[in-house]
Amino acid sequence: MSKDAILGAIRRGLRRGPLPYDQDLALRVRLERHPRHPIPARSKVARPAQIALFQRNVEKEFGTVLRVADAAAVPAAVARYLAAQNLPSALAIAPHPELQAMPWGEHPLIALREGRAQASDAVSLQHGYAGIAETGTLMLPSAAERPTTLNILSETEIVVLRASRIVGAYEEAWDLLRAELAAPAGGMLPRNVMLVTGPSRSADIESVLELGAHGPRRLHIILIEDDPAALG
Amino acid sequence: MLATSPNFPQNARRAMADASLQKAMARTRPMFPARRAAAVAALPEFEALRETGKQIKDHTLANLDFYLETFAANVERAGGQVHWCSDADEARAAVLKICQDAGARTVTKGKSMISEELGINKHLEAHGIAPVETDLGEYILQLRDEPPSHIIAPAFHLNREDWEASFRKAHTDLPADRVFHERRDILTEARTRLREKFLAADVGITGANFLIAETGSSVIVTNEGNGDLTQTLPRVHIALASIEKVVPTLEDCTSLLRLLARSATGQDFSVYTTFSTGPRRAADLDGPAEYHVVMLDNGRSAMIGTAFQDMLRCIRCAACLNHCPVYGTVGGHSYGWVYSGPMGSVLTPGLIGVDQAGHLPNASTFCGKCESVCPVKIPLPKMMRHWREREFERHLSPATTRAGLRLWGWFAQRPQAYRLLTRLMARTLGKLGRKKGRFSSLPFAASWTEGRDLPAPEGDTFFTRYAREQRAGRV
Repeated sequence: MSKDAILGAIRRGLRRGPLPYDQDLALRVRLERHPRHPIPARSKVARPAQIALFQRNVEKEFGTVLRVADAAAVPAAVARYLAAQNLPSALAIAPHPELQAMPWGEHPLIALREGRAQASDAVSLQHGYAGIAETGTLMLPSAAERPTTLNILSETEIVVLRASRIVGAYEEAWDLLRAELAAPAGGMLPRNVMLVTGPSRSADIESVLELGAHGPRRLHIILIEDDPAALG
Repeated sequence: MLATSPNFPQNARRAMADASLQKAMARTRPMFPARRAAAVAALPEFEALRETGKQIKDHTLANLDFYLETFAANVERAGGQVHWCSDADEARAAVLKICQDAGARTVTKGKSMISEELGINKHLEAHGIAPVETDLGEYILQLRDEPPSHIIAPAFHLNREDWEASFRKAHTDLPADRVFHERRDILTEARTRLREKFLAADVGITGANFLIAETGSSVIVTNEGNGDLTQTLPRVHIALASIEKVVPTLEDCTSLLRLLARSATGQDFSVYTTFSTGPRRAADLDGPAEYHVVMLDNGRSAMIGTAFQDMLRCIRCAACLNHCPVYGTVGGHSYGWVYSGPMGSVLTPGLIGVDQAGHLPNASTFCGKCESVCPVKIPLPKMMRHWREREFERHLSPATTRAGLRLWGWFAQRPQAYRLLTRLMARTLGKLGRKKGRFSSLPFAASWTEGRDLPAPEGDTFFTRYAREQRAGRV
């Protein structure tokens, strides 16, 4: 068996057999505790500054951010964005309860189709699980109510994110994910966890950056200001 | 992949005479170091993080058997499969079998250097399966039937006119007289063309930047999003990974990710960093029904416990290529196999043998820039020296080199004789070259002076001068 051959060769190189019980246990404890390494100080700031850092980093990476007062304001913000960008008003939308609860009925011109994205979708609307201020990164774990294809197939991706879900560093987002999604699934991560920082791009042609390689050309984040501590 | 590394001197000479390549290199060469420097300057903790990164990798390598077994157990727990492969033949067979079992006709591919090691495209083609490279740079190389010349910027060596010509030749259904006004037009044509391929593919093959033992996840890092389309749309996802890609936890991976993009492209973070764990879950609306990890050794386990173990810390950021004066002159293809630049000069002899790749560790000025920018502090120059020693020990270097080294060694071990000889040479050469200040040719050194001049010595040796300064109390 190649598995045994590979592990055997590694152990020969390390000049030992399989790990003795105490060392094996120590490594299991390390996995269990998954200790953090030093985290850059840049995101350890007060809440309003953290949200501002998130927004600044998204914009630095060619994404756009629009802040709205509450969830009820999202459909109007979507309608305005589509009109301003001259985009069709048909959307593939994540079947997430938070998005479903929004007053879409007030905007009858927006045609929503719930579910995964299809190749013909020009615009998708995704539910943002968390935002990471450190680099302006969205965390988008797959789930029935958050299909992965919404992140990659359409030319324009709109993500609705609550400001209360913005954290400083990646490690804090992992903590959320572990507690809320992995723990109920017996410790298993969702099938796919995407960390998205700005729209798709390539610099393969003469090292010059062009947006919109295979994924979305535009990434627009609608930020719901639901965090009183964050209103600076 | 068949190595042309034994022909490095000829390859390099050809590359230096290649005007198109030199044009591409001259344009791109300064860009990467400037971008990296800006990203590093913006993160005060960067230097401390390099030490963290090194320690994470060292810890993992010291317990590699444990972390690989843990990784495999967690992949299986999530419903995926791990295929352990000792060498390229086994890995090619494993990939082909998965594709055949899936009844695959076309396969999309994300960027993967392991797939270059395997030569997987030719293997699939030989068995009637059409592979399609989807990274923009890899796509044009597939059209041109060329290997990548850089581990993260595969089409580093091409100019815009090369892109236009290749697209016109390959996309014959489009009007032949179409105009590419901007680079964007080239990109858009590729996007449209590849979109059809993504949707039609039966299997998606990606590489893996990291494997996470704790969760059984494979991680890919891209800017284009092609890797995500590749691993999400087809019914089967295969991740190709080598054994040193495993890290213990999400936190360990996160610290290395902070180093990776900054060292590679000078971004704070790549656009898409994606963690895949097993096949699609019961309630999921998308994602592959099968998830396979092909786990390749191919010579790596034999590096553990040797002078070359540190090389297995490499996270393939390409900072050493981007800062190397030799790479920047001769380009990636000269190195003759999958990996190029300083990391290639150390890794390639380890994977295909120093008899094949002995030239590569010799193609270094030992300026040390590679080690100084390496995010995991790999002592690349030291390891190139180790390879030179092995090459010498195994009598692989040419007779003239060996005779020269032996002669030098005789003097170096006899300080009196050494000083006498160098004093004599410094005086003679100093007198002969006083007028011009340099020599454009010297007896017995024609191949050395062919490419450069030797500055004329000023008449004294270092030792003489040092002794004089010491007597004068100046040092």
